[in-house]
Amino acid sequence: MITDNIPVVEGRGLVKRYGHVTAIDHSDFELRKGEILAVIGDNGAGKSSIVKAICGATVPDEGEILIEGKRVNFNSPMDARNMGIEIVYQTLAMSPALSITDNMFMGREIRKQGFMGKYLRQLDRPAMEKFARDKLTELGLMTVQSINQAVETLSGGQRQGVAVARAAAFASKFIIMDEPTAALGVKESRRVLELIQDVRARGIPIILISHNMPHVFEVADRIHIHRLGKRLCVIDPKDYTMSDAVAFMTGAKEPPAQAE
Amino acid sequence: MSDANQHNDTFEAAASRTEAVAHFESQRRGFVGQLQHILHVNSSFVPLIVLVAAVLIFGLLLGSKFFSPFALTLILQQVQIVGIVAAAQSLVILTAGIDLSVGAIMVFSSVIMGQFTFRYGIPAPVSVLCGLGCGMLIGALNGWLVSRVKLPPFIVTLGMWQIVLATNFLYSANETIRSQDIEANAPFLQFFGSKFNVGGAVFTVGVVFMLLLIAVLSYALRHTAWGRHVYAVGDDPEAAELSGVNVHRTLMSVYILSGLICAFAGWALIGRIGSVSPTSGQLANIESITAVVIGGISLFGGRGSILGSLFGALIVGVFTLGLRLLGADAQWTFLLIGLLIIAAVAVDQWIRKVSA
Repeated sequence: MITDNIPVVEGRGLVKRYGHVTAIDHSDFELRKGEILAVIGDNGAGKSSIVKAICGATVPDEGEILIEGKRVNFNSPMDARNMGIEIVYQTLAMSPALSITDNMFMGREIRKQGFMGKYLRQLDRPAMEKFARDKLTELGLMTVQSINQAVETLSGGQRQGVAVARAAAFASKFIIMDEPTAALGVKESRRVLELIQDVRARGIPIILISHNMPHVFEVADRIHIHRLGKRLCVIDPKDYTMSDAVAFMTGAKEPPAQAE
Repeated sequence: MSDANQHNDTFEAAASRTEAVAHFESQRRGFVGQLQHILHVNSSFVPLIVLVAAVLIFGLLLGSKFFSPFALTLILQQVQIVGIVAAAQSLVILTAGIDLSVGAIMVFSSVIMGQFTFRYGIPAPVSVLCGLGCGMLIGALNGWLVSRVKLPPFIVTLGMWQIVLATNFLYSANETIRSQDIEANAPFLQFFGSKFNVGGAVFTVGVVFMLLLIAVLSYALRHTAWGRHVYAVGDDPEAAELSGVNVHRTLMSVYILSGLICAFAGWALIGRIGSVSPTSGQLANIESITAVVIGGISLFGGRGSILGSLFGALIVGVFTLGLRLLGADAQWTFLLIGLLIIAAVAVDQWIRKVSA
């Protein structure tokens, strides 16, 4: 599965303190090529803190982050985004009143060539619409009525789909997904899980933060279990059951000795 | 464990199915649903219908007295100030803000243009530039307080309204510059009042400016990234920020532009009334909010088109002139406008239900 051994992203000895609280306590992190890495942990274990450190939303106090073996210093999520790291937020970060196309290109719009674009700053609507339509079609989402319909007229699953398509369209390194199925029903969750696997099949690795064990075990290649601010262990979902994972997570059971 | 197997089963089943997993069917809409959809896509549709209906009704009741190029263009002249200020107000309201200081900025800018010319003998064009710059500066202050200090726009502009108005009276010493003096010494200040005739229709530079301004802003809001960002910031500022929109810069640009447009309204005000009076334009903020609301722009931000505000201003103008020509008490105008405001907000709420 792994062709060369340089991880897509690696965190070494990361520490983040907020006053007396240590949110990240000398934790490591590793995402490999082409995999879905699930990050699980109890509430307050610091799993969102470590993911925030990796996407630039917080700057760690100690430790280093390497993207494809090169050390990086992110100061904001924009830095990470400029390197090809996309995040699908739990809130989706979309403007409900604007169209699918507008949302996909928010903050990175395409302008027309020539006079209209250069001086009148006119958007290249046809190009943007074509791109959005292509990306949605690639992921089998083009059953929406129109690429120009407002996002608020879409169902929860469709919105999630558009958010994932946006991330997949612009991610060259990897995608972070925060609880992508939390707000969805059974049928729509299923669709989104398929979508996540479609994205992996395109070669884009994914960090999946989720509380939903069945979903995690269904799609993840490896599971990073976070406990008390650090990586407790990384397990292969084929070797362990969900109750094992929950037991590791809560400290009810000793983690396996790692050879990872 | 059996739970996991079960899940695997359903997953296999789902994976082998090729279609209709989350089929996004186009729901059939009834007439009402269709109407709701049209309004949702194009919010300036309602005010346009109301405007056309009002023109037709007054036209039928009054005949050529109302339905003449002269009378119709008179309406344009009467709404030009409110129309320009409403354009500024629309921008701010689209970002889910409100600007109560628009009228004060307008008057203060016109006073600066007049006083700089007459008190210090500065050439009129330079004074005008100073007035425009002052408008931008006040707008920038509003924007900074809203965006950086994170104060509610209502409070910021409520305070700014008082501050600017008081400064206006203190600085001008409540002194009016007479129309004749301006005409004799600095006609440039009255530039927006210059009239020209097109077959009975009378236009002023101010009217043309208002129409051009709305056209340019309409283009910018619809067809540039900046315009999309204005809507996104009004819709959900956090989502906009996470999507990579510079919310602070967008808000600053909107408030600065709003201040600049209000200063232009101040220049147009000199053209309209001829003189420079620190007591004029007291109702501009309420009238501009009225035009924006009747025009179908949502006070909650992110929805509506600036064209609607023009229609809103024109509706008020048509009612005012029509009822006056009918010999009705002016209070009837206010009564009808009041009804329209409430109706417009009710329609806005109804349209927003489409998202539920």
